[in-house]
Amino acid sequence: MQESVPGKKIDKQLTLPLRHALNMSIRNIKIRFGRSIIVTSSIILGIAFLMSILANNAFMAGILEKGPEHIKIALQQDIEEMKIRQIWLVSLSLLVCVVGIVNAMLMAVTERAREIGTMKCLGALDKYIVEIFLLESSMQGVIGSIIGVIFGFAASFIVYLLKYKGLVWSIFPTELLLKYSLFSILLGVIISVIGAIYPAYVSAKMEPAEAIRREV
Amino acid sequence: MPKEAIVRTIGLKKTFLLGKIPLHVLKGIDIEIYRGEYISIMGPSGSGKTTLFNMIGGLDKPTEGKVYIDEVDIAQLDAYELAWLRCRKIGYIFQTFNLIPVMTALENVMLPMIFGGMENDEAMNKAKSLLETVGLGERLHHKPFELSGGQQQRVAIARALANDPAIILADEPTGNLDLKTGKEIIHLLKEMNKNKEVSIITATHDLKMLDVSDRVIWIRDGMIERIEDRENLQIKVGEVEGEE
Repeated sequence: MQESVPGKKIDKQLTLPLRHALNMSIRNIKIRFGRSIIVTSSIILGIAFLMSILANNAFMAGILEKGPEHIKIALQQDIEEMKIRQIWLVSLSLLVCVVGIVNAMLMAVTERAREIGTMKCLGALDKYIVEIFLLESSMQGVIGSIIGVIFGFAASFIVYLLKYKGLVWSIFPTELLLKYSLFSILLGVIISVIGAIYPAYVSAKMEPAEAIRREV
Repeated sequence: MPKEAIVRTIGLKKTFLLGKIPLHVLKGIDIEIYRGEYISIMGPSGSGKTTLFNMIGGLDKPTEGKVYIDEVDIAQLDAYELAWLRCRKIGYIFQTFNLIPVMTALENVMLPMIFGGMENDEAMNKAKSLLETVGLGERLHHKPFELSGGQQQRVAIARALANDPAIILADEPTGNLDLKTGKEIIHLLKEMNKNKEVSIITATHDLKMLDVSDRVIWIRDGMIERIEDRENLQIKVGEVEGEE
């Protein structure tokens, strides 16, 4: 992260060690907890929906593999039609999720204009500001996705438990569920980073003179 | 001691566009500020003093004319060098204190040093001693909202001094403080000015500031109305204090 401009009298060096950037991001999330919850909850909802559908697929795959014949036949019929609808719904919900994050983060940027301006006066480069915002967002992404995965799994699991009772245990698709969980978490983090890119860019491009005097 | 210009402006002009109408905020300012001076830029609101202040601080670029800080033309600097200049050469103090709300007093003072590439322990020790110098040795771990206005401004002064800058720019440093606290802050600034040989430039309309200034630059309608030396000020100070 360290850079130096060659050919200068003094070694002109500016840094923001990752440890400090992380520390600042964590504090920001903690102190502005209300705002963090809005960002996080949109991820939770989006990922919970995705995971519930994935878990649903996993259970269904389990039944098709190990379940009794009469259930298999009934399932097979509507499985094809369902797949297309699922993709639509999931894409839509994740899109809404991104928009929600952009919105909440843009508000956070406005709210913190003066703080950003001050940091620039103290020597922060644009990329430090971007870094802090992206770190914050990806941490919210990790937390939100994990919670979302738990909720989504629980919802799907309860539905199958009620419908097929004890059968669920015998076909429990552990491996597939783990795979889908990891995928969901990864996707959640990517989505929250994507949602934060534009707000982070806006904040980094703020002119310090203007940002400092902005009253919120 | 020969006078060495730390800040120099030549024909400084700034024009803002209000819709389509150009507004000439600065109409050609030539000033020289020397190392170790305590300068007050005085003028009514709307006179352009904040704009001038922003130009000197490298926070805004002039429409015409040049600003030299330590003989470097700041218009020639790229974003990285400008950030470096703000970090190492200039300390900023604001009317609204502008401490980072999520950080303690100590961390606020450490921040410019960390940007400047200093080791954590070294930065912490220096921040501690700076906070002791401004009289806040007991409040290192308080967050800004746990401190009074005067205390926050003291933290801001310690933060401005963090990287041993050549210049401290203070924009209305006493504007949000009561009379007594304002006086304390002014005297603290003067003390730092003497002990650390840092030039202090304040944009203000606080007449208490006249008392400690080496020179006062009066701005009106985007032009320098007059520049007064300390000797000429003595008489005025008496009048001002009579008014209080």
